[in-house]
Amino acid sequence: MTFLDSFLIRAALAGVGVALAAAPLGCFVVWRRMAYFGDATAHASILGIALALSFETSLFAGVLVMALLMGTVVSTLSGRGYAVDTLLGVLAHSSLAFGLVAVSFLSGIRLDLMAYLFGDILAVNQQDLLIIWGGAALVIALLWWRWSALLTSTLNRDLAHAAGINPQREQLILTLALSVVVAVAIKVVGVLLIAALLIIPAASARPFASTPERMTLIAALIGVFSAVGGLQLAFEFDTPTGPTIVCLAAVLFLLSNIKRLFDQASD
Amino acid sequence: MTSQADAQPLVTLQNVTVAHSSSPVLRNVNFKIAPGEIVTIVGPNGSGKSTLLRTVVGALEVQSGDVSRSQGLRIGYVPQKLHIDPTLPLTVRRFLSLPTPVKNPEAEAALEKAGAGKLMNRQMTGLSGGQFQRVLLARALLCQPHLLILDEATQGLDQPGSAAFYRQIEQLRQTLGCAILMVSHELHVVMAASDRVICLNGHICCEGAPEHVASAPEYRALFGTGTQGALALYRHEHTHTHDHSCGHDHAFDDEATQTTDKAKQATKDLI
Repeated sequence: MTFLDSFLIRAALAGVGVALAAAPLGCFVVWRRMAYFGDATAHASILGIALALSFETSLFAGVLVMALLMGTVVSTLSGRGYAVDTLLGVLAHSSLAFGLVAVSFLSGIRLDLMAYLFGDILAVNQQDLLIIWGGAALVIALLWWRWSALLTSTLNRDLAHAAGINPQREQLILTLALSVVVAVAIKVVGVLLIAALLIIPAASARPFASTPERMTLIAALIGVFSAVGGLQLAFEFDTPTGPTIVCLAAVLFLLSNIKRLFDQASD
Repeated sequence: MTSQADAQPLVTLQNVTVAHSSSPVLRNVNFKIAPGEIVTIVGPNGSGKSTLLRTVVGALEVQSGDVSRSQGLRIGYVPQKLHIDPTLPLTVRRFLSLPTPVKNPEAEAALEKAGAGKLMNRQMTGLSGGQFQRVLLARALLCQPHLLILDEATQGLDQPGSAAFYRQIEQLRQTLGCAILMVSHELHVVMAASDRVICLNGHICCEGAPEHVASAPEYRALFGTGTQGALALYRHEHTHTHDHSCGHDHAFDDEATQTTDKAKQATKDLI
């Protein structure tokens, strides 16, 4: 019996992997006000699951392609005079609806829809772990490589241009990273709660940080703590794991903001 | 300055037309700037001044025409305004290292040059308007630019603040020797500090040495005969005729005219 044979250890490792990749990306999602963008990409992945099942390809590939497609469509259209929040509202929910309808056509396959909507972290196997950590490493490497350029174009597109950086390319890199995170996080928290895992740790880290890098590190710590702690609580109280992880992160967000209120009062 | 005119220009725009959502903002603009030259763009609101700067920076696609930049050109850009999202924690020190990391002594020297010493550890969102502009300037200087671009860099500053800011620029040009391209509403500054002035209103109305431009009929038509600063803009008369020797049409002066007329009306109402 090896270390990875315990389903709890596998679940914890899966949670930690996703939290580590979600932290830096989540910070960009918060800074660039892309929260809905994350939602839309995540919701589109249910359609990816339906397609993957009907064509009998890997779920991971199906989700990745669909999320990438959604991300590209949104970032292309939002530059063309559509109101972005309306556009995202339409795309996010209609892709979820189309996905659910598409899944219902797959009558031949026994499908546990709940597992995709809310995650099934306790069922993570060794191959899933490999995909999750591979994806997380890819996202972290990508963001590490483009860090300075990404930050500059997040700050101001014209400043980026003046420094010879193409903000459109950086946007594409974020879209790609987002698709990978969505694809690896489905097993952990499910389609409906991925955006929470991106945004809540980053938002909780904000009051403690004075630079972007510190905010990312603190977000990673909060994310990892929520994943491991949430798993433990879910085991203890027999609650659904994905939602429990998000609940714990939300409590941490509340605490961090209470701290900020005290800081402001004492100023 | 013949030596400047002979040198390889840093940026050349040839017959450039730029459009925002299909209505052209700049039409058939020819422009070049030589190393070490100071060029100021003046013009009423909506005349395409920022658009011209952003085209030079490379932030806008041109609809037609050519933009060429000299090999390895470094541009220091100070935008008109820079919104920093409150969710993004950013110290002045960190901001100066974007996108290229700089060492502490360099960062300190740049802040000192821009007149913003001692701000190093402050949060960007906590700075006053004047401090913020100076930090933007310090960052623009750090790449040791060949070309410094200032887009109404003193907007939002009071009179003494902006005067101090332009004195700083004046000093910088002497020490750094880079070319400067700026948009300014403060005509007295423009006239004192520029090698060349471009009067813009969707197209280039006239250009040349400050004295030459100040006496040009196109310039007087746009700004009146006084150069008493910003209020001159509102004396903009639109019944003027250009002398059409320039060979381009003035069809969309009208659009700019409407905005300026509104401003004019507003000024009248105030009085």
